[in-house]
Amino acid sequence: MATSLASALLLTAILAGAETSAASTFESAAEFRPQGKIDELVFARLKQLGIQPAHLCSDEVFVRRAYLDVIGTLPTAQEALQFLQDRDPNKRRALIDRLLERKEFADYWAMKWSDLLRVKAEFPINLWPNAAQAYHHWIRASIQQNKPYDRFVREMLTSSGSNFRVPAVNFYRAMQSREPSGIARTVALTFMGVRAEKWPRERLAGMAAFFSQIGYKPTAEWKEEIIYFDREKAAAQWAAGPPVMVFPDGVKANVPAGKDPRAVFADWLLDAKNPWFAKNIVNRVWSWLLGRGVIHEPDDIRPDNPPVNPELLAYLEQELVASRYDLKHLFRLILNSSTYQLSSIPRDKRPEAAANFAHYPVRRLEAEVLIDAICQVTGTSEKYSSAIPEPFTFIPEGQRSIALEDGSISSSFLELFGRPPRDTGMESERNNRITAAQRLHLLNSSHIQRKIEQGPHLQRLAQSRRGNPREILVELYLTILSRRPTPDELMTLAEYADSTRDPRAVFVDLAWALINSAEFLYRH
Amino acid sequence: MSEQAISRRDALRWGLAGAAGLWLADRLAGPGRASTPTPAKAKSVIQIWAWGGPSHLDTFDPKPEAGNDYAGPLKAIPTNVDGVRICELMPLLAKQADKFSIIRSMTHGINSHETAAYMVQTARPQGGRDVYPSVGAVVSLFKGYGAGYKGLIPPYIVLTEPQGRFSEAGFLGSRYKPFATGGDPAQSRFAVEGVVAPGISDARQQARRELLHKLNRLDHAMKGDAQLAALAESEDQAYDLILGDAGKVFDLSQEKPELRERYGRTTFGQSCLVARRLVERGVPYVTINYKGWDTHKQNFQTLRRKLPEMDKGMATLLEDLASRGLLDTTILWWSGEFGRTPRVQWEAPWNGGRGHWGRVFSAVVAGGGFKGGRVVGASTDKGEEVKDRPVYPVDLISSMYELLGIDPEARLPHPLGETALATPRAADGVTMGGRLKEIM
Repeated sequence: MATSLASALLLTAILAGAETSAASTFESAAEFRPQGKIDELVFARLKQLGIQPAHLCSDEVFVRRAYLDVIGTLPTAQEALQFLQDRDPNKRRALIDRLLERKEFADYWAMKWSDLLRVKAEFPINLWPNAAQAYHHWIRASIQQNKPYDRFVREMLTSSGSNFRVPAVNFYRAMQSREPSGIARTVALTFMGVRAEKWPRERLAGMAAFFSQIGYKPTAEWKEEIIYFDREKAAAQWAAGPPVMVFPDGVKANVPAGKDPRAVFADWLLDAKNPWFAKNIVNRVWSWLLGRGVIHEPDDIRPDNPPVNPELLAYLEQELVASRYDLKHLFRLILNSSTYQLSSIPRDKRPEAAANFAHYPVRRLEAEVLIDAICQVTGTSEKYSSAIPEPFTFIPEGQRSIALEDGSISSSFLELFGRPPRDTGMESERNNRITAAQRLHLLNSSHIQRKIEQGPHLQRLAQSRRGNPREILVELYLTILSRRPTPDELMTLAEYADSTRDPRAVFVDLAWALINSAEFLYRH
Repeated sequence: MSEQAISRRDALRWGLAGAAGLWLADRLAGPGRASTPTPAKAKSVIQIWAWGGPSHLDTFDPKPEAGNDYAGPLKAIPTNVDGVRICELMPLLAKQADKFSIIRSMTHGINSHETAAYMVQTARPQGGRDVYPSVGAVVSLFKGYGAGYKGLIPPYIVLTEPQGRFSEAGFLGSRYKPFATGGDPAQSRFAVEGVVAPGISDARQQARRELLHKLNRLDHAMKGDAQLAALAESEDQAYDLILGDAGKVFDLSQEKPELRERYGRTTFGQSCLVARRLVERGVPYVTINYKGWDTHKQNFQTLRRKLPEMDKGMATLLEDLASRGLLDTTILWWSGEFGRTPRVQWEAPWNGGRGHWGRVFSAVVAGGGFKGGRVVGASTDKGEEVKDRPVYPVDLISSMYELLGIDPEARLPHPLGETALATPRAADGVTMGGRLKEIM
């Protein structure tokens, strides 16, 4: 059978004719056109720097990229094929719209926010499982409803009540330090993209004062906690004269007695003219989709770390504010730009080219996305567990890891592949650089090997009677790489099949090689 | 192995710098700049982590005179050191007592697993914004690739499962996380996860690797990309372990069957043997993660089963290290996160159990510049409190660092550039009893 597979493949390969170049799989022949203001601003800057941007990406690349970037999920073979066969000239726009409404959109971005907000039951955050779940559900629901971003933040900053019933109050619990200055640093990092450690001491103290009247008290319920405006603390401060509270821009706040200073701070932060608030979120969203912020690192905004393209950043800010903080609008704007849709194959390899978005940056899939993708293509599932044996932490079979609610629910794969520990909320906590230990695991671990050898999805594919070898291979390529094999790839496979006696091993080795290819492991 | 191959490997780093790696490279205050207070006596550490908190009264601090409600049914036996007694279930260790020292006055007062485990392995209380790295991560920072370690085997190995309850590398990041072997060394073939794939011949490994190279289309299209170059490097390293000599360190069939018997054909016993093989090849830090000491119920039945296994593995390890001249340069550190309630809970549902006890517990150290045959400190008559010479985790950890030639006050690279030291200072408000000069 191995030989018949080989000859059938060889024949198709020969019939299909000339070898395609490696690049043509990934690049589109379409002429480049600016799609809007983003492209104008990016390409003006590239022109100014004398940088030639990459070609537009092929449909094969786009469908995979859009799924991974927007919903953290691989397209199925069916979904990829449908898109590739679609002749609608606006099919990319239509796909983006569809993906923004998928339930995985909420899963994936709730995961991202849960990293930044440190949603984790245990050490060192210690939210405890019920509260971690409640918090995650609230975050996910907010994303699913596309809650205006300013409202999302206001709820976190100003809510009072029980950590189980008013989930947004967990914002003030999910931090290692509950000292006012610790809270201020977390608020600055999360919503201003600023590392307040670098500030002069008085500035941090001025901001910390807004968070110095928060009360935490337990209830009779196990691990329930009430977060509230503590009037006694406030009164004690007022007894020594009106407390001094200063916004980070240096303006002194006027907080009347009896008023929760958190609300005063939120009013300042959420003002359309606030120099940090919109800038921070548009820069983060840009960096999530394009691998790098206009200000880089995205959570290190400071005067001596200027944006590479200030006009671009200003434009994104305007758009967000004008859309009333509609994050999906921002996503749509970026995803539909030609800048986002450039190929990852650079035509200019200088670092300035990458820093100015002249090509799409290749990045390893995040731990969760990677294991979900491997599970999806093999038809297998993973076991997740938490060190805290609460009913909430027993995970059903088939759980996708991007939808895990609690950072304490984990697996050794997620740990090995750099899932963030959710200790600090910094973007750099997520580590997507490949290590030899990770490579070993992918190439040779029993965990991955078993999925490839025994995964029901792959087994069904290998044994499918309807298909001839070529169809099986096309299906396999669509499943794993979201594209069809090229003639020269079929030729390579034919040679491989020819060189071995065990047809089962051929199929396993092929699936193994595709799963271990850069094309599978990296966003591109 | 050619010289050239070695220098190429040299350039390859095991855990390629992480997302935080860029600043690490810039700011590494570590190996190069840290002052080395004394020349290093120790090169490696084998940490036997008795996870769960072993009972001090039933191991290295027996109190037969305290009566049955404290001592329980287990007797104490003399050792080859005058006046030092240990539990009767460890007769082999009793014959090696001249090689190790017992610290009977370990204390931190914490009774929950997680925070106590964190304290014992980082010398710090939980809290504050930072999660500090464990001893193994710090040693792999200062004795690993940044400090001239050249092995392909990662510098920080855990046999066989990671602890996983908190990030062992803390803010140092995943580059300093341990490599957990998985598998079971007591099986006929120790299937180290990733290194040994049962059922795949070397020829097939070779062939499928070639297939991967031919099919790796994106890689062909993007020659020169830094991310993909890192992927290729990691692949080279991986195959040096899968197909090259480096992976043979885990092949216990290279050892005499008689020696394997002496270690005990248990996961723990064979892990001790693997640990010896690893330090023999220069791996600076090996943790044997030894679970099952959380004996709330039926403490004595459990110990009757576990202690003979531990005795065999640990005693043979000491003997084997010593006979190969490795004990002089290898610290053996045995400890759990705390001890156990001195007063036995005879009643149901415990039925002779012991709870958590952080006020006083025991640790054992040997080799690498630690003297043997000594006892440091003492607990009270019933083993409830420190009687004299309290030893806090910081004292033990900074003593080990000193022997390893690591400045206990060396700066660690911190993601925000803050000052973070290998161990806390008294000035930071940490209680200390002082380094273990009496046994160094």
